[in-house]
Amino acid sequence: MTELNLELNKNISGRYGEYGGQYIPETLMNELDRMTKAYEHYKNDPEFKTELHDLLVDYANRPSLLYYAERMTKDLGGAQIYLKREDLNHTGAHKINNVIGQALLAKHMGKTRLIAETGAGQHGVATATIAAYFGMECEIFMGKEDTDRQRLNVYRMELLGAKVHPVTSGSMVLKDAINAALQDWTKRVDDTFYLMGSATGPHPYPLMVRDFQSVISQESKKQLKEKTGKLPDMVVACVGGGSNAIGSFANYIDDPSVQLVGAEAAGKGVETELTAATVERGSDGIFHGMKSMFLQNKTGQINPVYSISAGLDYPGVGPEHAYLAKTGRAQYVGITDDEAVQAFEYIAKTEGIVAAIESCHAVAYVEKIAPKMRKDQIIVCTLSGRGDKDVASIAKYRGVDIDE
Amino acid sequence: MSKLTDAFKNQKAFIPFVAANDPDFEGTVNNVVALAKGGADIVELGIPFSDPIADGPVIQAADLRALKADPDLPMDTIFDMVKEIRKQTDVPLAFLTYLNIVFQYGYEAFTARCEELGIYGLVIPDMPLEERGELAPIAEKHNVDLIPLVTPISADRIEKIAAAATGFIYVVSSLGVTGERSEFANGLADLVNRIRKVTDVPTAIGFGIHTPEQATEMAQIADGAIVGSACVNIVAEYGHQAPAKLTDYTKQMKAAVNANPVR
Repeated sequence: MTELNLELNKNISGRYGEYGGQYIPETLMNELDRMTKAYEHYKNDPEFKTELHDLLVDYANRPSLLYYAERMTKDLGGAQIYLKREDLNHTGAHKINNVIGQALLAKHMGKTRLIAETGAGQHGVATATIAAYFGMECEIFMGKEDTDRQRLNVYRMELLGAKVHPVTSGSMVLKDAINAALQDWTKRVDDTFYLMGSATGPHPYPLMVRDFQSVISQESKKQLKEKTGKLPDMVVACVGGGSNAIGSFANYIDDPSVQLVGAEAAGKGVETELTAATVERGSDGIFHGMKSMFLQNKTGQINPVYSISAGLDYPGVGPEHAYLAKTGRAQYVGITDDEAVQAFEYIAKTEGIVAAIESCHAVAYVEKIAPKMRKDQIIVCTLSGRGDKDVASIAKYRGVDIDE
Repeated sequence: MSKLTDAFKNQKAFIPFVAANDPDFEGTVNNVVALAKGGADIVELGIPFSDPIADGPVIQAADLRALKADPDLPMDTIFDMVKEIRKQTDVPLAFLTYLNIVFQYGYEAFTARCEELGIYGLVIPDMPLEERGELAPIAEKHNVDLIPLVTPISADRIEKIAAAATGFIYVVSSLGVTGERSEFANGLADLVNRIRKVTDVPTAIGFGIHTPEQATEMAQIADGAIVGSACVNIVAEYGHQAPAKLTDYTKQMKAAVNANPVR
């Protein structure tokens, strides 16, 4: 694997058109500034880059496979489908790419304590993992609703040495966990690094997370070229906050022939109140440190959101996605719970892969679009994580009673 | 001169806070009038936000109560509360809210309404110096001061923030979120002195102050004291009976901030 290019996008202003920025309390401004400067420094530091490379290869198991899904391709009868297998990474999802990068930066900044938010627990587990590896203190903020629903992941984080704080404020889900993590950070900034899990929040997080996740598209571009000599015609990834999607898109943004599609969680339907389809249903706003698109009411109160996938039920989207949507460079489509569950079963039976319910939102879109494309066209679909964690809830969704 | 700056003239200022729509429309009006009656120099009225990241449990709970009563709570309803308040008192008012609320109403429309109703300032915890640019010229046009926050770890940002300030400067007493505490950061006097070297705009210390002794101590350092969670606790405890208690509390705190001779 070649070293990760952290200089992919020269725009380091923290603004994506009108989106982005640093809408955050004064208490955190100096710390964000230190972080920005540290990142600007270390991303050009050969020693840092070598360390990052070695961790990605030797610890995270990169490069991940670009797998030709021959059975799906034949079955759908259209475009050739390649799956970028982030589910095969250590800890079972793309989240590890970002936590390795940020934790390494934290270490170089002299930080000894990592804090993070988590929804379903995947980012929390990844953060607890890297904290264990670096011997850092680790505290994870997780909505009380989610700690109840995801007890296994809570135990897993504790097993890795992290302390998990159930958050009881607000609606007790992911956005409240972010609020609590930000509040904890304002109390203790000197030794603490807030390791944000998605390409969201104030600058420099959207930039850093995009850069660290861009390993996905750096690899897929090279792998596909080796296999077919071509660029893909379409790249598809699921979008919550948007970290795996922005990483999947990053190396193709300047290739206009490559269509970029983000699959959002439509929940019970884009037109219903039980949805998390931010780009389709949301509007411009300012929240969690960024100007971006959010699901909110007319006054500007942030809406509760819903999806079967705990990893996608966030009321906002990263600012670069808002920009890609506004400029039309990427398209965002809603996939309902029903469609995602059907895709979960489809890819299991067709390819023998149990993929995360989040990733299955992208798979569901591929099922829809591939038959409409020509056989010489190519789709690269990112499988952001593995689906073991979802088996019990899918069984429940289907009315099957199993012992956990 | 700014009406907010005027409130500090020849005396130490006491600045209490209550949240709008807590417990309801009428209660809000009565609470603010009661604070004014007790001698508040400026009243901060909080516009509830679903996700108040700079606030501690007490004000978070107030915001939740306010929004539970009316999840859509239109901004125009809050402006109507101010209209009612204005029939009874001319106490200087400032809003405390998060930027998204102002953004959704529209910066121009929001600050124009503020000017019309005598809201002289906005405290917006998620709008640091670097992000003021989109709102500052519009607010200035409508004579609405953007009250900046300075914290114990603002370091070399202190002078930059102070230089741009109008109205007054909100000095955050300690790290973390709003809420009662027993200790404040060291070096607050140095912080205030650094501000005073750059500007004549007065300073008020907030976050954690709830006892008269603390108010006296903080008013020795700065030009005033801001008290939020303690007032909100009174509203939470006494509901519609809160106004009388708020008046008493304000009298006590107002006396406490002026327990020392004016500098």
